[in-house]
Amino acid sequence: MTEHEGRNVVPTDRPPEQPATLVRDFTPDLIDVGTHHLCPGCGEPVAMRAALEAVAELGVVQRTIGVFGIGCYTAFSNNLDVEVLQALHGRAPSLATGVKRAKPAAFVFTVQGDGDMVNEGLQEVIHTAARGENVTCIMLNNGVFGETGGHMTATTVIGQRTKNTLEGRNAEDHGHPILLANMLAGIDGSAYVARGAVNNAHNVALTKQMITAAFESQIAGRGFSFVEVLTMCPTGWFIDTTEAPEYLADNLAAVHQIGVLKDVARADA
Amino acid sequence: MSMRLLEGSEAIAEAMVGAGCRFFAGYPMTPFTEVLEHMARLLPEAGGVCMNAESELEAIGMAWGAAATGTPAATGSTGQGLSLMQESLAEITLARLPLVVLNMARAQGDYFQATRGGGHGDYRHIVLAPADVAEAVGLVRYAFELTFRWRNPVLVFGDYYLAHTATSVDITEVEAGERDVSWALNGSSGGTGSAKLVSPLGAFKRKNQAGYNLADHYASCAAATTEMTAGVKPIVEAEHTDGAEVVVVAFGTPGRYVRAAVRSLRADGVPVGYVRPVTLYPFPGEAVARACADARAVAVYENNQGQMIDDVRLSVLGRAPVHFIGGLSLDSSGFGIAPDLDVAVLRARIEEVFAR
Repeated sequence: MTEHEGRNVVPTDRPPEQPATLVRDFTPDLIDVGTHHLCPGCGEPVAMRAALEAVAELGVVQRTIGVFGIGCYTAFSNNLDVEVLQALHGRAPSLATGVKRAKPAAFVFTVQGDGDMVNEGLQEVIHTAARGENVTCIMLNNGVFGETGGHMTATTVIGQRTKNTLEGRNAEDHGHPILLANMLAGIDGSAYVARGAVNNAHNVALTKQMITAAFESQIAGRGFSFVEVLTMCPTGWFIDTTEAPEYLADNLAAVHQIGVLKDVARADA
Repeated sequence: MSMRLLEGSEAIAEAMVGAGCRFFAGYPMTPFTEVLEHMARLLPEAGGVCMNAESELEAIGMAWGAAATGTPAATGSTGQGLSLMQESLAEITLARLPLVVLNMARAQGDYFQATRGGGHGDYRHIVLAPADVAEAVGLVRYAFELTFRWRNPVLVFGDYYLAHTATSVDITEVEAGERDVSWALNGSSGGTGSAKLVSPLGAFKRKNQAGYNLADHYASCAAATTEMTAGVKPIVEAEHTDGAEVVVVAFGTPGRYVRAAVRSLRADGVPVGYVRPVTLYPFPGEAVARACADARAVAVYENNQGQMIDDVRLSVLGRAPVHFIGGLSLDSSGFGIAPDLDVAVLRARIEEVFAR
């Protein structure tokens, strides 16, 4: 501590004299370990937290089976206090289908990234939606392959710099981004489709509402539900962690627009 | 006993449901299609689920999901479709899940795919190759027993002849033994602090440690594979091997034609013998070596360019020359109808080896 204008404050102009101490553990109950191997500024833990809080609040912990794809978020598949089935890259919707059809009483959700769901496994999620499969798919969309170190995915927006679009993605050379939530909203069989983000407190709260609504849709047996969550990846975007929330708003969210795209329950009402 | 005249595809479907199979997913391809049709009819009646998957990738994924819940599950295809499934098959093995997989193959070019696996990594599948419908019924039941015993996929290798030959078979339901599915997911372990994990990256949650330990997991999978390979009893059919100067080796449907050719030669006083591996993995190497112990030559018939012959050579270990008397034989359909499957043709090829 040091004296500044008559008050004790922590000096920020030099390394701390003591290591930081944990004041409060913010880890949700259903995540075993507070530590993870993800980068500073990553949005995926925030999205995971929203999903697991919703599972707990809806009282379905003891019938939940989470099906995980392959990406940075796979780090969590080993550390949850809900049952987890680990899938291959892109294949989680089919595994979720097998689980749900074999055990209809189970509450089933997938966690996948944009590389997993839109690149590798696009047909899986589309067919699962068209079948009206009563499962929830959550896509964490950061517009890059984060785990490989920031390469272009099918959701990378025009102009976005990645390791294999160094001058920014351009449509002529690299094609156009796929807006998955919009595509799934147009498919008969999907009951709830929304896109949220975790770049500020408002959006985190909104995303939690969307995930809760999607889960409630599954519990009510309405068919396929889907929430896309835009997440920060400062490492894969090659920017400072502090700039990532704004970068998300200005780039990803400008194309992949936030909002509820389909809600059969509300349309009925 | 409940004898019924059934085509092989229907008998296989009946045998699967009788063995407790309650989940099946498939994508049509001849001659696998016929099994899928029968499962689509039989499973709902039995309280199970048959999924008409949108592709082989979805089929194996759905079967993977169902298998993870401890539900006796099966899928399959025909060679090319199995090629599409290989990535998942490799991972399902590393996730230590029970699954029965049918390859209703076209001819026998998929021997390497079946026994070596077309997937990545260090894994093995048990492979059973029936030669006729009655044997297929027995082996399908056995496949479910093995897959739960070893928590490892078991592949049943059939073909067009097997799918389409109608014979009178006993499909009486057999009592399945006790199956330990304590590892299976149903959601109920959530919130207990010890929620279950089914993953090709690790067999259990590493409490208080982030991420997986792949070195530990792959070593434990390798140990399980070694134990399984040693624990599964290899099966062979052998005839006339005593005093045989030439022993002929074949598997699956062609084995029946080779057996008939050998019987016919023996009836004419020609000292030849016959061996048919029924388990292709584990390969019955010792039994093949024993059968060929006194032979001055070994002949291998396969309807391909020569694949199992590698395993025969590894079994005989140079004690006798091993000659290939097979070759790809197809009619224009490509389904695996083989003009070479003619007892007179095979008899002549064996005689040619005998005369050397």
